[in-house]
Amino acid sequence: MLYAILCYHNEDVVMSWSREEDDAVLAKRRSVQKELVDTDRMGPAIRLMPTSAATTIRASGSEQLVLDGPFAETKEQLLGFYVVDCENLEEVVDFAKRMKEGESVTFEIRPVQIFEKGNLPEREASTK
Amino acid sequence: MTELAWIENTLTSARPQAMGALVRYFRDLDRAEEAFQEACLRALRNWPMKGPPRDPTAWLIFVGRNAALDGVRRDSRNTALPPEDKISDLDDVETDMAERLDDAHYRDDILRLMFVCCHPDLPATQQVALALRIVSGLSVRQIASAFLIGEKAMEQRITRAKRRVAEANLPFTAPNAVERSKRLGSVAAMIYLVFNEGYSATCGADVVRASLCDEAIRLARLLLRLFPSEPEIMGLLALMLLQHARSAARTDADGNAVLLDDQDRTLWNRSGIEEGLALVDKALRHGQPGPYQVQAAIAALHARAKTPEETDWEEIDLLYQMLESQTPSPVVTLNRSVAISKTQGPEAALQLIAPLAERLSGYFYYHGVRGAYLSKTGRAEEAREAFDRAIALARTPAEAAHIRQHLDQLAVMTQVN
Repeated sequence: MLYAILCYHNEDVVMSWSREEDDAVLAKRRSVQKELVDTDRMGPAIRLMPTSAATTIRASGSEQLVLDGPFAETKEQLLGFYVVDCENLEEVVDFAKRMKEGESVTFEIRPVQIFEKGNLPEREASTK
Repeated sequence: MTELAWIENTLTSARPQAMGALVRYFRDLDRAEEAFQEACLRALRNWPMKGPPRDPTAWLIFVGRNAALDGVRRDSRNTALPPEDKISDLDDVETDMAERLDDAHYRDDILRLMFVCCHPDLPATQQVALALRIVSGLSVRQIASAFLIGEKAMEQRITRAKRRVAEANLPFTAPNAVERSKRLGSVAAMIYLVFNEGYSATCGADVVRASLCDEAIRLARLLLRLFPSEPEIMGLLALMLLQHARSAARTDADGNAVLLDDQDRTLWNRSGIEEGLALVDKALRHGQPGPYQVQAAIAALHARAKTPEETDWEEIDLLYQMLESQTPSPVVTLNRSVAISKTQGPEAALQLIAPLAERLSGYFYYHGVRGAYLSKTGRAEEAREAFDRAIALARTPAEAAHIRQHLDQLAVMTQVN
């Protein structure tokens, strides 16, 4: 079974880290990750850009609204995410809208800042 | 990360909100500052022992407010102070306090604090100094060295600014929507001034001034988080991220300026560029391009080009035309001339800037750029004169050294001919 580990933190505090502090945090995490990496269980490690860079697609009646966000008062939880290689925001929005069709789910598009591929093999969700 | 570093980061990030709330409460910048200082001292004493509070900002506001009130009482009469362990033991009150802090207040407090600092009665230099002192919490010494002036002079500048703010008797009520958007514009301008102060002097070892760029970016992030749908704030942040991303390539090992065309693009900070590009894309979707967005879009075109030859100068020219119509200025036209020189040649660029001669006669870049066009058209003597004027107007040794390089090249050229 796979797990997504979503890190929540006060963005202001993280943004005020110096490069050295940031590197120290990453180095510490990598040393913890090492065991998983050595046994081929490490998936992509992704850091998202700040929420200020986020775009949200919401359903509003029959329309789909593209909004800036998320906003501080949002009550929705992050459920999971895809990584796509697109030329620009327009393309990602089109893609996300197509995926969203017929669903009441909310898609948030966040540009990825650091992408480490990891070495976990692909696998499909196990079916009972 | 050490515990102390964690606490310091938390204090820095909590500062705008805590100061905003304390200013709302005391309506006095000095008293709010003292209260916040006191709260920080107590945090450094208490947090390592007791662990961080659930809501550090609420803790700081509450402790700061109480400490200052104690100070008021102590000044007025010799009342016995409550024992220190009582003041610090805030677990219950703190939780209550945190629940009462609502987001709307938070936003207005910070904006009000920033607005107080860029009060229209204050000259720009005082606005910037005050904001760095009050919102960012930089020490007078840090601000003074960033602005290359003496500590005493900076102290006076800040004191004068504070007195003016106090005399102006600002309303401390929450701004309405119209007022808020007006304030947002002046706050954005103040942040950009902070950035430019750091950017225009980013020369090699000048770490203090470069950190002004970081501080401006931090403030813009804060502002954008408060107003996530303001395309101009996105544009402002994008512009600063894109420009700052090039800083490592802007000077060579000797501290000399390196022009965009000659910069080693592998030295550009990719993550800054990518965040900037993302924000530009996002801002432009709003269809309300303002001056920051247009400038960011120009910076984005430079950032997107893998080599100087790939730069889309036609598009940059169009964007500068847009900027000219939004904020007409000879400096904008001068910048546009660079795009023209790339698309139509140096002669066309010279024609474009000819009418600016009088208004930009005291502007370093005008003479530098003009000299470069003249030397490209082979008018060596006129080019030399332009470069000489530029050197006389250079503000930093790096600027002067850069123009001297041009003069050296010119000397080589004329010898060859």
